[in-house]
Amino acid sequence: MYGWLWRQLPGGPAWRTFLAFVLFVAVTVVLLFVVFPAAEPHLPFAHVTVDQPSAPT
Amino acid sequence: MLESVPAAGPGPGDGSASPPRAGQRVRTPVGSRPVVGALARGLGELLITAGFVVLLFIAYELWVTDIFAARDQHRLHTAIERTWSRPAVAAPRTAPRAAVPVPVPVARPGDGFAILRIPRFGSGYAPVIVEGVTTDDLRKGPGHYPGTALPGAVGNFVVSGHRTTYLHPFGDLDRLRTGDPIVVEVADRYYTYRVTRSEVVAPNDLAVIAPVPDRPGVRPTGAMLTFTTCNPKYSASTRLVVHAQLRATTMKSRGLAVAVGAG
Repeated sequence: MYGWLWRQLPGGPAWRTFLAFVLFVAVTVVLLFVVFPAAEPHLPFAHVTVDQPSAPT
Repeated sequence: MLESVPAAGPGPGDGSASPPRAGQRVRTPVGSRPVVGALARGLGELLITAGFVVLLFIAYELWVTDIFAARDQHRLHTAIERTWSRPAVAAPRTAPRAAVPVPVPVARPGDGFAILRIPRFGSGYAPVIVEGVTTDDLRKGPGHYPGTALPGAVGNFVVSGHRTTYLHPFGDLDRLRTGDPIVVEVADRYYTYRVTRSEVVAPNDLAVIAPVPDRPGVRPTGAMLTFTTCNPKYSASTRLVVHAQLRATTMKSRGLAVAVGAG
């Protein structure tokens, strides 16, 4: 997976390392600001209110 | 102990034959090896990546949400100070003067309308309470259940807050003891509640937020406060609930220290 990704990146080793780092940061940002906030309400430990069993918390 | 294990393999008789055989078994099927190897490596990399994503999510929950909530709380504090410093809108002269306590006006969902102070949690503890208990409301700070009483009013002022994430305003709710003061600051006064009891209930136990806690349908005569949060920590199988009763109302000009000691 990562070997394949490395071979797809253009340029020399230094440029590839830089691009890989940029990709890593981009994925992290998407996870932190989009995926995790969207996933969080579906996980149990954020539920702090008392509600009817059917109501979303 | 450890050295006896590898020694047992090459030791007696066929020891010289077994290592090449093991090597051959991996090498002989010429066509299948790269595919199996690539698949195994891909799967391994995928699993390692998934592990890092889970770790990142834990870090997000424990620390990154704190950063988000701190930013929101800073904005709420700025907004509420600005609102409170503005001269109050003059009430029409014909309106009858409301008896003490004066309920604060209902805030819009997500807006802050009161500041919570609990001396047990330190002098720096002053989260802004927002209106509403949706996911977005609670990310900003402790949220007031719409429809329950307002601070100081007869009935039950119910507030929910996060236990472990988003600055965990109710992280230490289990440390509150009977008689501890809980001060709710509104525009011009402090309401001093004192803890009466705490309980652990099922997540669907709506009776705890009734106007008279745990006695739904009973007409309230006193001003109560109820906090709810998830329990145990890092889980949500039950809810931790703390009840308190209004004991005193102190004008802000007399100072927070007077309000803390009142009642």
